[in-house]
Amino acid sequence: MRNAFAASITDLADRDERIVLLSGDIGNRLFDRYRARHPTRFYNCGVAEANMTGMAAGLAIGGLRPFTYTITPFATTRVIEQIRVDICYHNVPVTIVGTGSGLSYASLGPTHHSCEDIGILRCFPNLTILCPADALEVGPAVEASLSVPGPVYIRLGKKGEPAVHATPPRFEIGRGIILREGSDACLLGVGTMTAVALETAGRLDAAGISARVVSMHTAKPLDERLLAECFARYDVVAVVEEHSVIGGFGGAVAEWLAARDPVRGRLVVCGTPDAFISEAGSQQWMRERCGLTAEAIAARICGRIRDIR
Amino acid sequence: MTSTADLTAITRRIRARLVEMSHVAETPHLGSSLSCVDMLVAIYWGFLRIDPTQPLAASRDRFILSKGHAATALYAVLAERGFFDPALLDTYNEDGAALPEHPGLQCVPGVEAATGSLGHGLPLALGMALAARIRGLDYRCIVLMSDGECEEGSVWEAALFAPAQRLDSVVALIDYNKWQATGRSDEIMALAPLAEKWRAFGWDACEVDGHDIDALLSALRQPADGTGRPRVIIAHTVKGKGVSFMEDDNNWHYRIPTADEVRKARKELGQPERAT
Repeated sequence: MRNAFAASITDLADRDERIVLLSGDIGNRLFDRYRARHPTRFYNCGVAEANMTGMAAGLAIGGLRPFTYTITPFATTRVIEQIRVDICYHNVPVTIVGTGSGLSYASLGPTHHSCEDIGILRCFPNLTILCPADALEVGPAVEASLSVPGPVYIRLGKKGEPAVHATPPRFEIGRGIILREGSDACLLGVGTMTAVALETAGRLDAAGISARVVSMHTAKPLDERLLAECFARYDVVAVVEEHSVIGGFGGAVAEWLAARDPVRGRLVVCGTPDAFISEAGSQQWMRERCGLTAEAIAARICGRIRDIR
Repeated sequence: MTSTADLTAITRRIRARLVEMSHVAETPHLGSSLSCVDMLVAIYWGFLRIDPTQPLAASRDRFILSKGHAATALYAVLAERGFFDPALLDTYNEDGAALPEHPGLQCVPGVEAATGSLGHGLPLALGMALAARIRGLDYRCIVLMSDGECEEGSVWEAALFAPAQRLDSVVALIDYNKWQATGRSDEIMALAPLAEKWRAFGWDACEVDGHDIDALLSALRQPADGTGRPRVIIAHTVKGKGVSFMEDDNNWHYRIPTADEVRKARKELGQPERAT
C-alpha cells in the first residue's frame, strides 16, 4: 500500500502543482522518484510530527494541498491537538496519511500499533476518513482526497496486502464498494481487513451461508444509504476491522443503528480488544489472538445466525 | 510614516479600550493583553505590508497572534488600523457575536489564524512561509508568542525546522513579561536564558525593550543577515503595562477591573471619561 501511495502521489504531483509532501523522517527510498521530480515540494520534517502537522495546516492556508506522511500513530494520535485545531478547526485541505495502521506493525509493539485512531479522529468535525482495502484502492483514494475542500485522513496498511480488486475500482468517497453479493449475511470490511472479510465469505459458502462483502473504504462520512439497505436485507451485518471495538467503524455503525427504528439486521463487530498487545508476535499471530481470522469471524457469524433462526 | 508620538498615542487609546472590554465583557487575560500592545502597534503601523481594504491580498504579510489569550489587543489593533468598524468591539464576547475570547476562525478581517491553544502559531507560520516560497510570493510571516508559550514542545520543533530550511521570511516575537498564569515563567520552567536558547537553535536572536516603539521598529526592520537564520525578537515587557496598579501584578492574569478601576485606568492613560 505504501508503494501504491508513493506512486500515486508522484503522478498526481506531476499534474497538480499544489501538492506538497511532508514526511516525518520515514520512507527512506520510498519517495526518491517524487523527490527527483518535485524537489521543491518535498520536505523531510524530521522527528517532529507536531510541527509537521501544524506546518501542513499553514501550507494549506497558504493555498497548497499538503500531505503529511509517517507511521500511523505518529501521524495521528501523537498530534491529535494539531489535527483538531490547526487542520480540522481551520477546515483546510490537508491529507494526513498514516502507514502501518491497525496491527500492520505488530512486531514493533503497542507504540507502533494503531487501533484507536478512527475512534478519536472521527469525533472531529470536517474530517473525512478513508481506509482503502488494498493497493488498488490507494491511488483512487489519494486522488479523491484532492477533490475534498477540507481535511482527509487516509489509513494505510504497509505493504504486500492481499488484493481484493483485480482492476482499479470506481472509487467514490462515502460510497462502499460491493465486492460480492450474498443473501444471508453481510460483511462490512474496513481497510486491510476487507481481504479477510472476503476470505470469511468463502468459508461461509462452505457452511451454506451466502454473504455479501463490501469494502467500506469511507469510515466518515458513513454510507447511510448502503447501511440502511444492508440492515434491512440481512439477518447479520458484521463489521470487520483492525481497530478497537471501542469507537471504530463498528462503533460508528452502532451509533447510527441505535438512533434508528429497529431493523432486521443484527450487528456483529469484529475488531481488536480493549487492551494493548505487548507480547512479541506477527500480524497474523495477533489477528488470531483477536479473533480476526476468517475462521474465527465465520464461526461468530454462523453462531449469530443460528441464534436468530 | 506615523511618528513615534502618534504611535504612543495610539497605544494609550488601545490600552484604555482593552481595560473597558475586559470590564464590560467580564473576561480575563487583561495583563497579558496590555503587555503586548506596543509590539502590536509597532508591527501593524510600522512593519507589516498590509492594506486593510484588501485583507486577503495574496502578497500581504501574515501576522499570527499565537498567544491567542491576548485577543482583545489584536481586535482593538485591527479595528484601529481600519480592518473593521470599531463599533464591533462593543459586541466582544456577547452571545452569538463575532469576537470570542480567543481569535475565532476568520472572525473578522485581518485574523489570519484561529489561536488560543499555545504552541500552534509558529508551525502555522512556517507552513505559510513555505507556501510563499513554493508559490513564488514574497510575503513575510510574523508570529507573536508569550514567554509561557515557549514551554510548549511544538515551539522547539518549529525552532529546529526553520533555520534548517533558511526560512528567514519568518519573524518571531516573544512577549517576555516574566509571568505565566500561575507564577514566574523563569521559575516554573527553566526558561532563562531565553535568547541563548533561540541562538543555540540557530536563530538570529535580539533582545529589546518591548515597550520602546523605536527599538521594536529598529529590530523588526533590521535586514536579514544573509545567513538564512530567521529572526526572533525577545521583547522584555511588563505584564499589565500602562496601568500603574496592574503593572507586574499577576492577579491581572485573571482579575476583571471594576467600573472604578476602569475610570482610574482611563485617567492614567489620558483618555476622557466615557459617557457610559
